[in-house]
Amino acid sequence: MKKEEDNFESDLSGEESQGNIASEARRKWYRRFRKGITTSTAEKKETPEGLWSKCPECNYICTTSELRENLFVCPKCNYHHRIGSDEYYEILFDNNEYQELFGNIRSKDFLGFTDLKPYQKRLDEIHANTDLKDSMRVAAGKVNDYELVVACMDFEFIGGSLGSVMGEKFSRAADYCLAHKLPFFVISKSGGARMMESAFSLMQLAKTSGKLSQLSDAKIPYISLLTDPTFGGISASFGMLGDLNIAEPGALIGFAGPRVIKETIKKDLPAGFQRSEFLLDHGFLDFIIDRKFLKEKITQVIMLFQH
Amino acid sequence: MPQYPNRQFLDFEQPIKDLYEQIDQTKKLAEKNPKIDYSSTVQQLENSIIEKRREITTHLTRWQRVQMSRHPDRPYTHKYIEKMSTNFLELFGDRNVRDDKAMIGGFASLNGQTVMFIGQQKGINTKMRQMRNFGMANPEGYRKALRLMKLAEKFGKPIVTLIDTPGAFPGLEAEERGQGEAIARNIYEMIRLRVPVICCIIGEGASGGALGIGVGDKVLMMENTWYTVISPESCSSILWRSWEKKEVAAEQLRLTATDMKEFGLIDEIVPEPIGGAHWDYNEAAAILKTHIINALDEIKIIPPDERIEQRIIKFGKMGFWDEAD
Repeated sequence: MKKEEDNFESDLSGEESQGNIASEARRKWYRRFRKGITTSTAEKKETPEGLWSKCPECNYICTTSELRENLFVCPKCNYHHRIGSDEYYEILFDNNEYQELFGNIRSKDFLGFTDLKPYQKRLDEIHANTDLKDSMRVAAGKVNDYELVVACMDFEFIGGSLGSVMGEKFSRAADYCLAHKLPFFVISKSGGARMMESAFSLMQLAKTSGKLSQLSDAKIPYISLLTDPTFGGISASFGMLGDLNIAEPGALIGFAGPRVIKETIKKDLPAGFQRSEFLLDHGFLDFIIDRKFLKEKITQVIMLFQH
Repeated sequence: MPQYPNRQFLDFEQPIKDLYEQIDQTKKLAEKNPKIDYSSTVQQLENSIIEKRREITTHLTRWQRVQMSRHPDRPYTHKYIEKMSTNFLELFGDRNVRDDKAMIGGFASLNGQTVMFIGQQKGINTKMRQMRNFGMANPEGYRKALRLMKLAEKFGKPIVTLIDTPGAFPGLEAEERGQGEAIARNIYEMIRLRVPVICCIIGEGASGGALGIGVGDKVLMMENTWYTVISPESCSSILWRSWEKKEVAAEQLRLTATDMKEFGLIDEIVPEPIGGAHWDYNEAAAILKTHIINALDEIKIIPPDERIEQRIIKFGKMGFWDEAD
């Protein structure tokens, strides 16, 4: 290993490995005094954050503004970057105009749950560092002039986890749809149930399903969009219960996480396992939709249900 | 039901095992000395076994409750059905992929009334445990359960589910066949069932795997069981990034019957025989039977539409949050 590093260094300087005395001298003048990074943190020169963005899939580098214009989809490989409710609302709603609903509901630590950090502290930190109140935001607005209620998850907020607040917001959003006879569109992006709320988070699966039952009876369309990643409690409840279940390309979607499955079956998982395309092939999605066609496709869906 | 010396003892049950050994020794002494009467000594020891059983179960930690729920001698679903009912007609298959041996079900007479029993089944020995996949159902198991529930609904028979699972199976094929969808569909359909539904946790109630047959008008939990969103082991590995914190995780999750009752997430706690259900299958089944029959009597008089609405309202109330003005 050491030898390889030496060779690598001399290759870089364009040297022969068996150098003569002259090259020996030549090698000396650029040799560094001390190994390792010696610059102190205070002197460190930062590249401005967020100017450039690198695609995690194909390593293509483009400016953030270019990526934003492209709706956070890699211009080269069509990788769909993870985005939050703000971005989805901007993509969907006409002129980015919408009314946020039930934004006053916040999580609290009812159980006094403490893992490596107290749950309340986690919540306080996110509340202090972001504008997010919880892992789901609900908004009503117009999509190509069709009124629509959208509930969208924010992965940034404890992994988009499903807790009491998401369950309650989902329920109230459904009630709002019932009262105003509006279609319901849910964008999922979540690691699953929020463990810090223990059994309360589990019961949200039943709570939200109960609301969907009422929507069904009222013949109100419910469309579920699954984005990267959607796991656990979401896929075991409203995520998979859409009148239409749709997904963004390449999204990881499943019940159990890939690591858990790998540990259980002690085999490598096939390429493309639990990706949207895999789910479509196995019959669990109605279609896959590119982000840039999302708005027009949703419009088409609402139009078809309404007329 | 296994009898000593075939009984198995958890670490905190060791004092009971010691008493059994003392009885054995006393009996051996009695054989050697037929002239001396040891029967009162044996009687005393037997009494202290019962006392010990009571003592041990009065102050169990949450993790110990979890251990109790997994006690190798504990009765499983099939045993309860056998002890509680007559005419059990087991039905198989999901009419689609195959029969899932981890999920069993069928009609039976409970106190003269036909009901549909459904529940996860664990194995009683290594071979059976493998066959039953340790009580971890695949999607076809949940779809089999749903098929049976729909059958019961069609003929107006109440449904009783017995829950005992370490979770839905996290396998490759389970994902291919839509484990998430299968559980979601069950939860959705169960909340809409027009017949009375009683659910009872008789062992482990792990997350979606349990809730997939756990939505009902009355949810009961036996005394030495647990029910929450994740197993303490997995919770420890995810939140503490170590497998060593399962006891702490169990404490934090507050997953016992007492906790769940206090939170209003279940309706009733079903007491167990002194020391746990594994000490007396007949008594455990008899107590459970009484609770199920009482719960059924209470809800079967409610009209179906109202019952469904109450179910939706009941689960709709679950959760906690702050609301700013």
